Amino acid sequence: MKRKELESFLQQVDGFEKPKLLLEQYPTRPHIAACMLYTIHNTYDDIENKVVGDLGCGCGMLSIGTAMLGAGLCVGFDIDEDALEIFSRNVAEFELTNIDMIQCNVCSLSDTMFKSFDTIIMNPPFGTKHNKGMDMSFLKIALQMARVAVYSLHKSSTREHIQKKADEWKIKMDVIAELRYDLPASYRFHKKKTRKVCEDLLYRFDHLNHQKISANIQSFRPEISKEP
Amino acid sequence: MKLLTHNLLSSHVRGVGPRGFPLRIQATEVRVSPVDFNPDFVTRMIPKMEWTALVEAAESLGHLSELPRELAEGYEKDEEFLRKVHHVLLEVEVVEGTLQCPESGRLFPISRGIPNMLLSDEEAAS
Repeated sequence: MKRKELESFLQQVDGFEKPKLLLEQYPTRPHIAACMLYTIHNTYDDIENKVVGDLGCGCGMLSIGTAMLGAGLCVGFDIDEDALEIFSRNVAEFELTNIDMIQCNVCSLSDTMFKSFDTIIMNPPFGTKHNKGMDMSFLKIALQMARVAVYSLHKSSTREHIQKKADEWKIKMDVIAELRYDLPASYRFHKKKTRKVCEDLLYRFDHLNHQKISANIQSFRPEISKEP
Repeated sequence: MKLLTHNLLSSHVRGVGPRGFPLRIQATEVRVSPVDFNPDFVTRMIPKMEWTALVEAAESLGHLSELPRELAEGYEKDEEFLRKVHHVLLEVEVVEGTLQCPESGRLFPISRGIPNMLLSDEEAAS
């Protein structure tokens, strides 16, 4: 499947009906999800025939893409039953048979699913004022659950902090893609009419000492797309 | 919830696991749905499964379908066997029921195929 094909499928994935602010609910944009999953699949071969976990799966954008790229099984984890209901509807609409989901608090999974997954993928929440650093909690748990690798999206502004943690935990960390996208000025907190360019970094974390594949960082430019 | 997923929830924990595994399944609704057979995936998964827990789970749902209690040598080449494993791992789903922790007795409900493993604040604090 070509990346554009995957992306056009993912554009059909229903998002949150009433996003809960405290849970930082927003769908991973189809363009970002397609680029991310395509890289994981084509460059690293960490999806096809693998058991994949999606932490903080929400409505299932990443899981659905993972299933479409031939995962043996993709299991989504989320705390919110409303999100999981939409995820279930999406799975039924796409008629996917290699997806499962679990309602739980990812942060409380510590140690319980040790090395149960080949791959973990995620677009984690960052935590509100009271529990900042949730992305790092998710990452710590992801590293316990994954046998081979963890793929995670984070804002480029947190790069130094993540590098520090990776060194502390003795984890190999690679930035494998830069995903640039425009935020339209229609969001209420943007005062100027200009578009703001944002950048997410896709990280690959693993425990192994050797480099699996030597790859240049891929750069994905914003699509000239009709964003809401 | 597929039995492959249940088997992941049944992983043996290194060190002391506070919750205890495997989770005992009580199902009130089970569904069987066809899934494309992928022999490579099944062959890869078999050594990663807790085999006894898988057999017990399948049996408790009445879907043991002649799965042997112990793995025989050369199973990788036995297509009939691999198809049976495929069926049990991926095609049998618990739609409604509960999972019970054998250590604490705690029940986790499964509804619409989704297990709810949320803990209360006290349980999470331990």
